[in-house]
Amino acid sequence: MKNSNQKGFQFNEQLSFELSREGRSSASLPKCPQKKREVPSSLKRSQSARLPQLSELEVVRHFTRLSQWNFSIDTNFYPLGSCTMKYNPRVNEETARYTGFAHVHPYQPESTVQGCLQLMYELENYLAEISGMDAVTLQPAAGAHGELTGVLVMRAWLKAQGNPRKKILIPDSAHGTNPATCSMADYDVVQIRTGKEGRLTAGVVAQMMTEDVAGLMLTNPSTIGLFETDIKEIADIVHAKGGLVYGDGANMNALLGKARPGDLGIDMLHYNLHKTFTTPHGGGGPGSGPLAVKKILEPFLPIPRVVSIPPHPPLKLRGGEGGIFHLDSDRPQSIGRIRAFQGNFGMMVRAYTYIREMGATGLKRATELAVLNANYIKARLKDHYHLPFGEGTLHEVVFSDKKQKEHHISTLDIAKRLMDYGFHSPTIYFPLVIFGALMIEPTETESKETLDEFCDAMTEIAKEAQTNPDLLKSAPNNTRLRRLDEAKAARELKLRYTF
Amino acid sequence: MRYLPHTSTEIEQMLKVIGVSNIHDLFSSIPESLRLKKDLDLPAPLSELELRNHLRELSRKNAHGEDWSVFLGGGSYSHYIPSAVSQLLTRGEFLTAYTPYQPEISQGTLQAIFEYQTMVCEILGMEVSNASHYDGSTGTTEAALMALSISKRKKILVSRNLHPEYRETLKTYIQDPEIILEEIGYTPEGTLDRSHLKSLLTEDVGCVLVATPNFFGVMEDLSDIAEMTHQKGALFVTSTTEPLALGLFKSPGEMGADIAVAEGQTFGNTMSFGGPGLGFFATKNKYVRSMPGRLVGETVDAQGNRGFVLTLATREQHIRREKASSNICTNVALCALAATITMTLWGKIGYQELAQINFDRATDLKERFSKIPGIKIPFAGITFNEFVIQTERDPQKLVEALLEHKIIAGIPLVRWYPEQKNGLLVCLTEMNTDEHVEKFLGALKKVL
Amino acid sequence: MNLPEDLKYSKEHEWVRISGNVVTVGISDYAQDQLGEIVFVELPAEGEEFSKGDAFGVVESVKSVNDIYAPVTGTVMEINDPVVDSPEIVNEDPYGEGWLIKFEVSDPKELKELMSAKEYEKYLKEESE
Repeated sequence: MKNSNQKGFQFNEQLSFELSREGRSSASLPKCPQKKREVPSSLKRSQSARLPQLSELEVVRHFTRLSQWNFSIDTNFYPLGSCTMKYNPRVNEETARYTGFAHVHPYQPESTVQGCLQLMYELENYLAEISGMDAVTLQPAAGAHGELTGVLVMRAWLKAQGNPRKKILIPDSAHGTNPATCSMADYDVVQIRTGKEGRLTAGVVAQMMTEDVAGLMLTNPSTIGLFETDIKEIADIVHAKGGLVYGDGANMNALLGKARPGDLGIDMLHYNLHKTFTTPHGGGGPGSGPLAVKKILEPFLPIPRVVSIPPHPPLKLRGGEGGIFHLDSDRPQSIGRIRAFQGNFGMMVRAYTYIREMGATGLKRATELAVLNANYIKARLKDHYHLPFGEGTLHEVVFSDKKQKEHHISTLDIAKRLMDYGFHSPTIYFPLVIFGALMIEPTETESKETLDEFCDAMTEIAKEAQTNPDLLKSAPNNTRLRRLDEAKAARELKLRYTF
Repeated sequence: MRYLPHTSTEIEQMLKVIGVSNIHDLFSSIPESLRLKKDLDLPAPLSELELRNHLRELSRKNAHGEDWSVFLGGGSYSHYIPSAVSQLLTRGEFLTAYTPYQPEISQGTLQAIFEYQTMVCEILGMEVSNASHYDGSTGTTEAALMALSISKRKKILVSRNLHPEYRETLKTYIQDPEIILEEIGYTPEGTLDRSHLKSLLTEDVGCVLVATPNFFGVMEDLSDIAEMTHQKGALFVTSTTEPLALGLFKSPGEMGADIAVAEGQTFGNTMSFGGPGLGFFATKNKYVRSMPGRLVGETVDAQGNRGFVLTLATREQHIRREKASSNICTNVALCALAATITMTLWGKIGYQELAQINFDRATDLKERFSKIPGIKIPFAGITFNEFVIQTERDPQKLVEALLEHKIIAGIPLVRWYPEQKNGLLVCLTEMNTDEHVEKFLGALKKVL
Repeated sequence: MNLPEDLKYSKEHEWVRISGNVVTVGISDYAQDQLGEIVFVELPAEGEEFSKGDAFGVVESVKSVNDIYAPVTGTVMEINDPVVDSPEIVNEDPYGEGWLIKFEVSDPKELKELMSAKEYEKYLKEESE
């Protein structure tokens, strides 16, 4: 198979602490002509931090070798559902590193950071337009942070109406951050069952929506990859009882230019810039989770807000036409600060770069091809894997291991065996509403050849599950390390190197 | 379009396999009335060349330390980042990898995080660290809430000279109406007011939260505070905006901290107008199950080889859901990696030496300031690389005047401390050359 | 599924061995199987009191964490320390060495509300449907 896992040069690189030798150094520091000062003994550090001591070549080799152990988007297809593993454009890395962006201090006087503020202002406008909302804050550091901000805004708005209420409705298919966020915001979570068709039904929401419920948090399309067709009716039901609808925007890659959450009755939405807008995944962040809201909620957004003085018409490129941008903290109804400074600016530059490159036509095309790719995978695999919800797949498709369970093969085994074919597995065991879920989100940046190779591998694996299940049980067989003992890691906690 | 590989032939073939005649059919589940009928109103697409030109132009509207002399600290610091860092960091295998959920093919990220966790423990003097929190402000906030959860109490005492924006964040996060937040004042020397603390330290206090060094740059031994806190059965939590100071100064662990948080941006991450940051978050082994965030642990594979995995995931949102202590999912792995590479390059000796350079240069500047008529040094305590000067002239006007000379003199304290309206927070690192400093002093004397 | 006849069972998958006024409590074979490899057990201190239905401890595996609930109202008399150091004992011998705590029962009438082995077996069948 063309892309199956080769052994190659994979070193058994030790920890930097183990490679360390007393007296080696890769620091290159200028001489300091000022007098050397002594720290008084009461304040002096008694034991030095035992950071490694290596020459520069050793450090470079160390991290180069470590990187070679990693799978990445740059390596091969990475179909993690719900994560939108699309190509991370290299031009983003260049623009984010321009000196005038990277080396700017957050507390510089505003006249010296007009470029940063302009970028933020424009990005806010683009994100508002894409989602059909009226105002955006770029402050949240990640999706979960955006969710917390959103729920706090929800509470503030409800409080201003007279009653913050006590509960929030969340579908059983929700990402774990949704209920966790509600608990952090001191709301009780009430779970709504996904209907038989894999969607939320207006009837069920109507039963559960009361005046004690602050609102509903949902993902559209859902984590099963299906558009919530009852959304307008559901939103009306929630609004009729004075509540709000929060949209988790993790799946925006299915909607760009096709539909806008704000037009569907959703009152607030967070984006994951590290999903739809190509900021790099980096092994687990940094992310950025802007929150977009309808006009009624704008006064409650966290401070500071980026404003232009005098107010500019929205969505026109300013580019030096004399706009004066300002960080405004004079917002009496704001929920306050959700972090220091003004957001993950470094990630904003990247997302901005991407949106400016793609434009409206590019973004819409991206969504169309993302949906095409997911449907293609569905068509090729539906005879080999059980497809619990087959109608209306958008950008991600969820299979289960039901067929393979007959041969005592589980989703985990399938995921591990895929590595032997050179692929990263899909998201497994999420959403919880599907037992043994295998969630595949190809994204639009993958070619037909790649999809075919992946489907060929999955088809092979389905066969192997019947004819040669041991191959799956022992998988991965071709990786440098075999299956790792997670129980041992949890029982015998070793969370740092001990000298 | 360069990120969209499909040719029209391929699209046709794919549609055939799917069994529809065109792509629009795939969106039929979206009710007609809900579909967007117009194009998104966004600027026209740009080629890479135009993109770079436009972004460069925008970036040129900002002042920065390479063209200007900038003396700003206050939670974000300009430090030398070794050349190797960005080159290693932008290796695609690091840059475009995801959270290491499949450990067998993510050992690069996992081992790097294990090394990171070790280094954070060493720097903060603590027993166990997580894989990073978003930044110092949210990390500090969640540390305070963690302390309440462990102590099963509802009151937090926080020092007034903890970073003001960290305190504001903490306030916003407190949603449980039973939780009380009280502020501990500071003395005229800029140190923690111990008698005020004593009066506030009651049996319902679960967390005493103090900055070290504090926002005024002053460094003090907080061991006695730790003792007082422990005597009342509360947890002692520290927050450090500039962990380079710990290359010389006593670590939070040495002072008796139960939870220690820091802003790690100093290590290998550019300031980038304030984000992304890097939250160092460390605690004692006995509290590990209450700690939020991802954790990497050592284990073996089926053949007995050493490897690393995400562990104790049962604390986190994807398993505990509404019972999770925190909702954090994505952290800042790439920033943590930049810090890890930087700390490895600086190494044990380089870390101490760089700290010494900052300390020497800043202390020297502080002494020179003290000799200038019209400038006072209000806080007697020892400082690391930032300190407060008091000027007769309104510091905001001073800063404004010095902009003419392409100097950004410092942060006027009145922004958060009305009682310090003549205070200016000045920071000096190895990035400010001797020429910058001479120019600064020269220009300053003219505008005082 | 192993379901010793001499024990009683609760809906939360705990088993109870009655000996006069003292009951020994653990988790059933079904529970340990569902959890997978157990990595951590948190137990209360001796002398602590719990009402029927209160969560008195935690059992954690790699992929899930579950509260353990008091099947009756009572006071904790003894906890099984070896299980805290070696949680895998609960997987290996859930009804024997893997016992968790001993309660002194305050209201013996509550014992009648527990299920017999046959009733618990039926309950498990219904749950899986």
